[in-house]
Amino acid sequence: MDWDALWLTLRLGVVTVAILIPLAMIVGRWLALTHIRGKGLLEATLALPLVLPPTVVGFYLLVAFGSGSWFGQTYQKLFGHALVFTFEGLVVASVIVNIPFAVQPVQRAFESIPPDLRDAAATCGMSWWRMIRKIELPLAWPGILTGLVLTFAHTLGEFGVVLMVGGSIPGETKTVAIAIYDRVQAFDDVGAGRMALLLLAISLVTIALSYIFTQRLGRRYA
Amino acid sequence: MREPDAQPFGLSVALRQDAPIPLDVDLSVAPGELMALVGPSGSGKTTTLRAIAGLYRPLHGRIACNGSVWFDSTAGSFVPARQRRIGLVFQSYALFPHLTAIENVMEALGDLPADQRRDHARTLLERMHLHDMDDRKPAQMSGGQQQRVSVARALARRPDVLLLDEPFSAVDRVTRRRLRRELAEIRRDLPMPVILVTHDLDDVTRLADRVCVMDRGAILQRGTLDDVMRQPANAKVAELLDLLPDEA
Repeated sequence: MDWDALWLTLRLGVVTVAILIPLAMIVGRWLALTHIRGKGLLEATLALPLVLPPTVVGFYLLVAFGSGSWFGQTYQKLFGHALVFTFEGLVVASVIVNIPFAVQPVQRAFESIPPDLRDAAATCGMSWWRMIRKIELPLAWPGILTGLVLTFAHTLGEFGVVLMVGGSIPGETKTVAIAIYDRVQAFDDVGAGRMALLLLAISLVTIALSYIFTQRLGRRYA
Repeated sequence: MREPDAQPFGLSVALRQDAPIPLDVDLSVAPGELMALVGPSGSGKTTTLRAIAGLYRPLHGRIACNGSVWFDSTAGSFVPARQRRIGLVFQSYALFPHLTAIENVMEALGDLPADQRRDHARTLLERMHLHDMDDRKPAQMSGGQQQRVSVARALARRPDVLLLDEPFSAVDRVTRRRLRRELAEIRRDLPMPVILVTHDLDDVTRLADRVCVMDRGAILQRGTLDDVMRQPANAKVAELLDLLPDEA
């Protein structure tokens, strides 16, 4: 069992969720309420990681993070090292790849709040911030939780993009998914099987918990 | 034509715009008076109500209530909904589904000290004949009960104006009759301008002091229901009030 890889994978999942979910709440709510022209194109762009092969996404991120790009050079100047093949690079890639998994459920959740409720909150004299805290967030919470769980579970299993952007550096970028691949390449089916089983169990528990919480929330508001 | 400063008390509304929703509305409602807005779907009744509530900002016009100006396009002033003292009863009730009846009412009492809100909300619920309903969620109540919570929440704002958007459209006849009686009680106790949007002439007959017949954003005729029924200004008003004889 590669415990380093497991620890790194869990860390990557938690950091990705911590960065992406607040952003998804802002972007998802804005998309739910806005009527700007080009909204469809914007939504399609955000959904791209769902349909693009991970190697394609990984390739573009590799190019964007590399020393040949403006972004890569700026990052290197600011932090003294390149973004590719580092944990930070993995986090940025993971956040980008998971955008649709986080934004879409959150957006749907905010869309499902009847506009009358926002109007009622305003006529009740509630401030914008109080309306968000007392009305919108409790009602959108099941969707936010779904986004959180999908992002976390997807991060655990991400393979192609991680391999392209992070390589397979033990303790730095080698996640469980890559460790399993390495074990299989080394004909260690038992080691691969153990890690695969653990990943399966963690994913199953995460998804099951989200279903239970969502059902419980659904009952509470019914 | 405009009468914004004519009266220091009551509500005066003048709205003008050609698009996106055409509006040409001039009306004033005195304290204690109930004005009914009637007209077909898309006639601008609800838009007018939303403009008064501050939920919609028309291009031109002026809205003043009890001496304070809520909207004046010439001066560029617009008081947002949360700062207007408005009691709005939505057609859909718009109760917060995750909050109990009493919590729904308490949300409109934000200007009271926290320790007084619960008692005050309970008093309002009891006034609406909702006893032992404090801890029920909207989904656990009947349509009529939800409607009463909605009215209690509207009154909790201690509103300068009470706005009712087709409040009886989704309840049965018996409940409708009870709600009408309760509305009459509220009007007796709280003399504020009331605007009722409805397409039910029965509501108008039983509740309204005056009626405004609207179509395509404009007021076609206003007056007491008797006057309007006896002398409809044109064929359109007669048609909208169903005064034309059935075609054979």
